Amino acid sequence: MEQAFEQIFQDKIDREVRIEPKDWMPEKYRQTLIRQISQHAHSEIIGMLPEGNWITRAPSLRRKAILLAKVQDEAGHGLYLYSAAETLGISRDQMYDQLHTGKAKYSSIFNYPTLSWADMGVVGWLVDGAAIMNQVPLCRSSFGPYARAMVRVCKEESFHQRQGFEILYVLSKGTEAQRRMAQDAINRWWWPSLMMFGPKDDESPNSIQSMKWKIKRFSNDELRQKFVDVCAEQVKVLGFTLPDKDLKWNEERGHYDFGPINWDEFWQVVQGNGPCNKERLDARKKAWEEGAWVRDAALAYANKKAKQKQAAA
Amino acid sequence: MSFQINKLYYGDYGESKNGAADISTNQTNTAEWPLWEVFIRSKQGLDHKHAGSLHAADAAMAIENARDVYTRRMEGVSIWVVESKYIHASNPDEAGSLYDPANDKAYRHPTFYHLPEEVKYM
Repeated sequence: MEQAFEQIFQDKIDREVRIEPKDWMPEKYRQTLIRQISQHAHSEIIGMLPEGNWITRAPSLRRKAILLAKVQDEAGHGLYLYSAAETLGISRDQMYDQLHTGKAKYSSIFNYPTLSWADMGVVGWLVDGAAIMNQVPLCRSSFGPYARAMVRVCKEESFHQRQGFEILYVLSKGTEAQRRMAQDAINRWWWPSLMMFGPKDDESPNSIQSMKWKIKRFSNDELRQKFVDVCAEQVKVLGFTLPDKDLKWNEERGHYDFGPINWDEFWQVVQGNGPCNKERLDARKKAWEEGAWVRDAALAYANKKAKQKQAAA
Repeated sequence: MSFQINKLYYGDYGESKNGAADISTNQTNTAEWPLWEVFIRSKQGLDHKHAGSLHAADAAMAIENARDVYTRRMEGVSIWVVESKYIHASNPDEAGSLYDPANDKAYRHPTFYHLPEEVKYM
């Protein structure tokens, strides 16, 4: 019986028919999606923190308004994704709990500090750029609610990357000190951005099932290469360099070659030892705990109003 | 049937190390704000269309939250919200038999009828 369902399910996937929440699905598919979507949502929420750091210190009213809008978008993206995950039978509070207890992870890129204003430019250009590279194929993910959420996210994400590049472009036309600041930010964020695509393909051998389920459609290395190729060209417009002495156009492959990634650093950050892991999680927990009275009060008020209405009727 | 997924993807660092996927469902948390489904009319003259869901303590808050979450770029001119628990849906497992009566009635479509070429405007 299970096997027959399994077959029908796979047939649908193969025919590019989207899976909806109430459809039968293998338990492992459900769990993989819950993990991936909730971690994605957490990344959007935690991702507000490094940028929130600069809202009060943005160099102009224009930049401040833009940054506020961008951070608000990230909150929205988190909410779209939490909703998508909830359709799979996990509650919002359960997901928050997994985040706050460290059980669920989020993209490790957000465990790096944002030290200068130029970081706002680089986060938009590289971090959001890498995110878009990953997210565009997710718009065709086999799970309907996830794919629909990603369509919304991708529509909005494009402004994020462009405003980031614009910040860097303005700095590149600025003073020597501004150019130095921008180059320094690029140097610090380049490698962590490449790590955003996840471990190398050959270190994650059992990929067949997940590809077969069309939860994701391109491998980590494919997307990473695409990102390197794009950025290696874009950085020329800025007149800056990427901090990789091995970065070189390879005529034969039709791609840029690039140097080895420090995977030790990646796993250290994933496992909680990055520069800001504790700070980020503490900030989230604080917001959650200190917001408890607001949530309780709103619920109490709603219940009181409902009772009054009932009594009046 | 058993599945082994060790592939690590973006935003997914594997469950052996940090898995978040064990879902103990049916945990009813009474302090959680109820879930609402949001429907948005994108412009005057069009239907309200399902946009997504959100949590809110009451209907007024649900509408305000829906404005912030789903219409930041003027995507809507009107918002409907309804608590998710009040939505009733057809069962996808019964889709076959439910829609079966419409299957063999091609004559309900205008293209079923063959008219001479010279008939215009019909």
